[in-house]
Amino acid sequence: MTAGTASSLVAEFRYGLDAPICLTWELTYACNLSCVHCLSSSGRRDPAELSTTECKAVIDELERMQVFYVNIGGGEPTVRGDFWELVDYATAHHVGVKFSTNGVKITPDIARKLAASDYVDVQISLDGATPDVNDAVRGQGSYELALRAMRNLADAGFAGFKISVVMTRYNVSQLDEFKALADSFGAQLRITRLRPSGRGADVWNDLHPTAGQQRQLYDWLLARGEGVLTGDSFFHLAGYGQELPGLNMCGAGRVVCLIDPVGDVYACPFAIHDAFLAGNVRGEGGFAEVWRNSELFTDLRRPQAGGACTQCSAFDACQGGCMAAKFFTGLPLDGPDPECVKGHGSSALAMAAGAAAPRPSGDHSHRGRVPVPVAIGPRPADDDRAVPDRACNQSPLAGLTPAR
Amino acid sequence: MSTRPAAPVQPGDAQAIAAAPGFDLDAAWRLHPQVSVRPERFGALLYHFGTRRLSFLKSRELLAVVQSLASQPSARAACAAAGLGPGEMPAYARALATLAASSMITPATGKGAAA
Repeated sequence: MTAGTASSLVAEFRYGLDAPICLTWELTYACNLSCVHCLSSSGRRDPAELSTTECKAVIDELERMQVFYVNIGGGEPTVRGDFWELVDYATAHHVGVKFSTNGVKITPDIARKLAASDYVDVQISLDGATPDVNDAVRGQGSYELALRAMRNLADAGFAGFKISVVMTRYNVSQLDEFKALADSFGAQLRITRLRPSGRGADVWNDLHPTAGQQRQLYDWLLARGEGVLTGDSFFHLAGYGQELPGLNMCGAGRVVCLIDPVGDVYACPFAIHDAFLAGNVRGEGGFAEVWRNSELFTDLRRPQAGGACTQCSAFDACQGGCMAAKFFTGLPLDGPDPECVKGHGSSALAMAAGAAAPRPSGDHSHRGRVPVPVAIGPRPADDDRAVPDRACNQSPLAGLTPAR
Repeated sequence: MSTRPAAPVQPGDAQAIAAAPGFDLDAAWRLHPQVSVRPERFGALLYHFGTRRLSFLKSRELLAVVQSLASQPSARAACAAAGLGPGEMPAYARALATLAASSMITPATGKGAAA
């Protein structure tokens, strides 16, 4: 017992757990917004989405597996007609709920109801501390929508709800403002990494923080990050030297996973692609069978060996970075992260330029959007499409704190 | 107390000692009613629905101690019931102090009393 260290626990986690520590469950692809960086390319509902009965069966299974809580997202989960029924069902079955929303349904009445439950946590997505920065990504009016929800939650006495921010080139400079905003509502700031997943693949090149901004973000977290959640999503920054608090590892298929609206189980919320599809909850054996025995997850739990990164002095710290970020930028999975702090990512991206990066599977975007091909390179200067987004956070250990 | 995701619980390490002074081994303790325990290969995961925090028990022995707290008159008795010798008590007292500091376990205030 006394010999235990964080690294030994991480080593245990790499071999997987009997059940996820937490998982992300996207309830619907329907969404009232069209954020430009939506990791699930959401917009329109999929006719094959799980029914209320099927969702309840999944919750029953999560209860049996003792999954403590689920991170519910979408799409915009609250637009499902049975959303509140499912939240109540989950909490009645000892599965806690943390849901991500753009705030559209968080009325004063709903806010009061949420404030009364110990088992429900709310995360409001906001990608700019000012309307101009936010609405350029999440769409016209989305800042006010989010702020209204925050006011309603605060007025209802909901302490500690989360404000969830995807870090982009345009909001890294607003970190202090985000923190002040959260403090003003008695809320907690949560910042996560932009991934080139879903529609994010189309805008990643323009929106991901510059190398200088990554350093700025890292320094800010070390200096002012007390009480700021990160979903453990910045573990690639550990390559700068000092590990950030949290679990510095990729939890995909090991301690986290994603259930999508049609019941498909993916290794992580940022990897909606056939290459990371492990099975479907509608299959025989349900979710537990996929989690415990799918070929993909079994493979992910084997020690990862080889690759260019293993020669790097920072490999122990960053573990090669984010699998999804590499995959959707066309980089090999055993090579550097596209945002490698040692600069190996940019050279790898330059070498991969021209090669077609894999496209995210499925697209439920609202029709009428102009499809944008994935490309490595600057977007044309005359392209001024607005970019919205939805943050998902899937950190394996969001909310984990050390009992000291 | 930090609320951000952070390193797992480190029962018995120096930091835990510093942050979690004295633990009354002879008092009665129990798991907080809002805490859920999930046994794992390495020990167990604990989740507190009130504080929304996750902790880890890093051995099966510690899990046995925690699980028997409610049925034993004292933490010391729970340790004995789990087969621990006197020499192991200090380390386990530190681990339990860590759990008490994060409200994973609470003093049992009387027979069947609610916290």
